[in-house]
This record gives sequence, structure tokens and C-alpha cells, in this order.
Amino acid sequence: MDLSQLLTIFISAVFIHNVILSRFLGLCPFIAISKETKPALAMSFAVMFVITMSSIITWFIFRFLLLPFHLAYLRTISFILVIATFVQLVEMVIRKASPQLYRAFGIYLPLITVNCAVLGVAVLNSEMFFIDGKAVSGSFIYSVFQGVCLGLGYTLAMLLMSGIRERLELCAVPKSVKDFPLAFIIAAIMSLSFMGFNGFSR
Amino acid sequence: MKKLLSEFTKGIVKENPTFVLMLGLCPTLAVSVTVINGIGMGIAATFVLLSANIIISLLKNIIPARVRIPCFIVVIATFVTIVEMAMKAYSPALNRALGIYVPLIVVNCIVLGRAEAFAQKASVGRAILDGLGMGLGFTLALILICAIREFLGAGTLMNYSLIKGFEPARVFGMPSGALLVIGLLVGLFNVLKNRKG
Amino acid sequence: MPPKDEIKDNRLTVSFSPHLHKDESVSRIMWMVVLSLVPAGIAGVAIFGLNSLWVILLGIISALVTEAALQVATKRKVSISDGSAFLTGLLLAYNLPPDVPFWLPIAGSVFAIAIGKQIFGGLGQNIFNPALVGRAFLMACWPKLMTTFSGPFDAITQATPLAALKEGKLIEHISYLDLFLGKHGGCIGEVSILALLLGALFLFIRGYISWHIPFTFIFTTGLITFIFGGTQPLGAGAGFGGDWLFHILSGGLILGAFFMATDYVTSPLTRKGQIIFGIGCGALTAVIRIWGGYPEGVSYAILMMNAATPIIDRYTKTRVYGA
Repeated sequence: MDLSQLLTIFISAVFIHNVILSRFLGLCPFIAISKETKPALAMSFAVMFVITMSSIITWFIFRFLLLPFHLAYLRTISFILVIATFVQLVEMVIRKASPQLYRAFGIYLPLITVNCAVLGVAVLNSEMFFIDGKAVSGSFIYSVFQGVCLGLGYTLAMLLMSGIRERLELCAVPKSVKDFPLAFIIAAIMSLSFMGFNGFSR
Repeated sequence: MKKLLSEFTKGIVKENPTFVLMLGLCPTLAVSVTVINGIGMGIAATFVLLSANIIISLLKNIIPARVRIPCFIVVIATFVTIVEMAMKAYSPALNRALGIYVPLIVVNCIVLGRAEAFAQKASVGRAILDGLGMGLGFTLALILICAIREFLGAGTLMNYSLIKGFEPARVFGMPSGALLVIGLLVGLFNVLKNRKG
Repeated sequence: MPPKDEIKDNRLTVSFSPHLHKDESVSRIMWMVVLSLVPAGIAGVAIFGLNSLWVILLGIISALVTEAALQVATKRKVSISDGSAFLTGLLLAYNLPPDVPFWLPIAGSVFAIAIGKQIFGGLGQNIFNPALVGRAFLMACWPKLMTTFSGPFDAITQATPLAALKEGKLIEHISYLDLFLGKHGGCIGEVSILALLLGALFLFIRGYISWHIPFTFIFTTGLITFIFGGTQPLGAGAGFGGDWLFHILSGGLILGAFFMATDYVTSPLTRKGQIIFGIGCGALTAVIRIWGGYPEGVSYAILMMNAATPIIDRYTKTRVYGA
């Protein structure tokens, strides 16, 4: 493990391969819930938390359960079950802690379960930091760090997008592109501008 | 009979999962670089959708309502694993091209969405038609997006180059091009809808 | 933020977006900016030859035609005389290499106006600087055409100073004076710092732009390239002694900082916000130049900060009394 590797993971995960703008993971809630900053931020923090925790849990499962017993083909099923359980927990906590927030999320909270970002990061970790059924050195730290960074990238995209869409609420946007189509176009331009980080080295 | 037919056709236009319901966008955008990819992804998703619809509508009286979502997910994940293993065995090149988006069919909102909104209440026959229709709608939309992106981004269709001297706009093979194409297509859908209504 | 029902009617909206009360004043500003960019254009044509004049004209004409066509198609008032589309076309062309094929400025301008501006509803509502949206699009589509530069006074291909730096080549034959006058390869409108500063001075004196964004932008880029741009980037001792003057004088920094980052519509409204915006632009530019894959990062930096502008505005605007 070394620092430059971590920096590369950071830039790559936050900007170049931004979980939303480049990998398209978690796109549905991104488009649907980014109309206002407050719920958007709450949602991103929930996603970030879940991604980080599931990176940790799925690493242990993959490393100590699936690989030793040659059950790697059960990866998809076991990962999604763990994530689903975990999301249930987060949901219960939010419902208790802030009913207002709970209402704002509407149907999107249970959908964190099927938020591709969470499963996607877990699968990605298991492919990037395990080679030929063996963990590369430092793979645990890389996995967790990548989880955190992808969550940060998610939050960044969500924050920028919700700010932009809040401002557009006050504008006379052409009717046909209002909401979804324009959100995609904005995401496209953001993705274009993040290309400035392409080829980032050191 | 007519009603049954409409269960099949609704997924193609009126409730098209991609353009109208806006579900399952992640794989749509991520893999739609070439038409071949699109067809592969479309078939894989349709298989999962159809099989999950059948099983869930068969089990609808057995699954307790409170734990239905985890049950659905297990059913779906099983079929996704089958697809994953089959693809790895018979078409490793396609498997590489589609990458992590094959296991991610599990969390494709279309599949869970149809299970939740339709299959758990419907008879097997109607669930089959619904699964086929939705799968076809998804595949067609995917192929449309793939065709646009492959043509503009690489100047080819199904890997055959079409016009000589055309300088391909490489952005359409990139993520931002995917977002652009879907945004403009949905906008176009809205324009047509507004003109009609 | 008022509840949604109240803001349906746009006439009743009290927005914190640019307050465009009089069309005349906006259009006046636009034409003044165009005027201030004329010296840079003349310098560009003088240095790179007549082909660059065609690029500029094609960029402007296709921007105007696209704007008019879209306004007719959506049944709105055609407003190409307000100068904004003219300015977009001009700025886009200034950001192109001098020897690009004729269709490149056309493609860029059409994209800039259609996707960068009109899809948001037109002037005053766009989030991103349209000219830069056009440029980023062209960079992503045809990177090779966008990075092949001809040298000054002849048509021999020559790397820009920043590109040469990135490839680790020695660039000793270019002096600071060459950089200042524009005697090196680069985009049409960015090379002559002298001409650009003349225009910028005009805008300052007439009060059309303030110092906040350009100064912080340039200062931050200079500072970071001084600290980290030395021979051992971020390695042992973290350098110090990077060539900050070289970084300020080369590439699109001056053009970007004075004429594109200061765009009223796409930059923050408050002074505080503008300073944050400028620092952000400068930092991103320096990071991309030093560690990124591209030699130049000005346009990407401005686009990224454009995306952040609504958030910056949101957190820097004066609190409403009692709220």
C-alpha cells in the first residue's frame, strides 16, 4: 500500500470514473431526487454511509467466506442480501430519527437496496483488489477507501446537480426538456468538464 | 384476447421502461457503446425479467407480504447468477465488454419494479406477456441508443463502417455522450407527446 | 426559497439570478466585450495568417444562425442582435487552433448555442459558459484536431509551450517576451497576452468587469504552479520555485480569466462568491496543468466552477432579514 495509489484511487473515483457521471451507478435516484439540495444531500450521505459499510462487510465475506470455500459464484446473491439487510437498518434509523426526512425520501429509501451504486462498488472492489482469487496487498484499505471516495463522488455530483436544478426552477426552461431531459444534459456537460482530469498521474 | 395482447405491447411504447418509466438506466447508458453489447444486454435482462416474473407470480400466494422484497431479490439474483455463469462459459468476450453490469442486473429497477408492481398480483400467463413485452421494450430502446452512439461515436453499425471520410465524434462513445443521447431522446419523446396531446 | 406553487408564474419571481431589467444594457455589455476582444483577434490573424480569420467568421456566423433557427423553431423572439450569440461564436473560435478544418468551428458553435444555451431557455438562464461547452465537446470528439497547432508565421506544426512542458521537452527558445506578444503556437485568441490585456483594461476602466474573479484566478494558478510546478512535482521537498510567470503567460489563462470566467450569467453574484469562484478556477487549472493528462486546464476549470456556481451563490448570498 502506498500513498500515491490512494491519491490515484481518490481522483479516479471522485472525478474521472465518477460513480454517477461515468459509471452511471445510482442514476435513477440521482435524477429523481436531485431537485432540491436538502433531500439530495441527505440521500447522498445515506448512500455514502451504506457504500462504506457495505465495502467493509462485503470484503470480509468475499475474503473469508466465498474465496476459501470456492463459492465466488455466489458473490452476487450474498452481496445483495447483505446490502439489503443493511439498508433496512439505515431505513429504520432514519424513520426514527427524522420522520420529515423519511417522508422526503418517499419511495427512494427502500430503493437504496437496488441502488446500483452500492452493489456496484462491492462488485468493483472484489474485481479490482482481488486477482486470481487472492487479495492483493492492502486490498482491505483500498476497498474501503474506494468505497468512501465513490461515495464522495456521489455526494459531489448530487450537490452540484441539486444546486443547478434549484436555480433552474426559477427559469423559463422549454417545456419539453424540463426536468429529466435537462437533468441528463446537465449531467452530460458535467461529465464533459470532469474529463479535464483524464490521464491524471502521480 | 385483446387485453392480453396489450399486456405485451404496453412495454414497447406506452410504458416503455427506458423512455417513459425511466427505469434501469444504468446498464442502458453504460453498455450502449456498440449494438452488439446492446443486444447481449437486452437478451440477458429479458431472460431475467421473464424468469423472475414467472417464478414470482407462481409464488405470489406463498411469499409473505412483509418480507416480499428480500424474497424477490433472491429469486432475481438466482437468475442473474445463471446468466453470469452462462455468459462466462459461452461468450467471454461479451462478458468482458459488459463487465460489472451483468451482476448489476440484480439491481436493475425494471426487474424489481415489475415484480413489485405487476408479477406479484398477476396470473402466470399475464406475467409472461408482461415480462416479454417489457424485455422487448428495454431491448429495443437499448438498441436504438446503441445504434445512435455507435454510428456517431465510431462511424460504424454492428462493426461495419458505413460512410467513408466521416470523422467520428468520439464523445458519443464516452459516458457524457451517453447522457447527452438519452437526454435528447427523452426530450424528443416529450416533444412528440406534447404535439399529440 | 418560496414554495413551489408560488413560483410557477415567472413574473412574480424574485430571483437571485442576474437581474436583467433592460435588454439594452445586457446587449450593450455583450457588444462591449466583443469590442474588447477585437485586438486579440487582430493579433491572432496577424500571427497565424488568414485561415484563422475564416475560423473566427465561421464560428460567429454559425452561432448566429443556430440561435436564430432555434428561436424561430420554438416560436420565440429572434434576438441575435443582442450580441450574446456573436460573443459565444467569437470566444469559441478564439479557443480553437488556427488550422482546423472548416466544419470544426461550425460543429462547435452549433453545439455551444443549442446545448450550452438554448436548451436552458436562452440568455440569462444557461448554467455553463456556452463557448466552453462547445470547446469541451470538440475536445472530447476530435482531440487530435483540437491539439494540433501550427507555429507563428508559418504552417509548420508546433507544440504549444504547455504541451511541450507536459512532454518534458525543453522550451528554452521561447522567452517571456515571446509569450507576452504571442509568438508561439496556441489557440487563435489566447496567444497574445498584450492584446488581451488591452481589452481587459478597457473593460476594467468602463466598469464592466471587477477584479475579483480574474485576479484571484490568476493569482491562485501562479501560486500553486510556483509551489508544486518545480522539477520535482509533489515529490521530495515539494519543489517551490516552479515557473509561475511561464504558467500565467502561456495557455488560455488570461483569455479565460478576464473574458470567460467573468461571464455575468455563469459566475457568482456576490463578491465573496466571486472570490471563491476565482480561487476554485485557479486551483483546478493548476492541478490539471501539473498532474493532469492534458497540458491545459483553464476551460475545464471554468466549466467545473460554473457547475458549482448555484451552490456558491446559495451559501454566500445575504441572508434575508428574519429568515
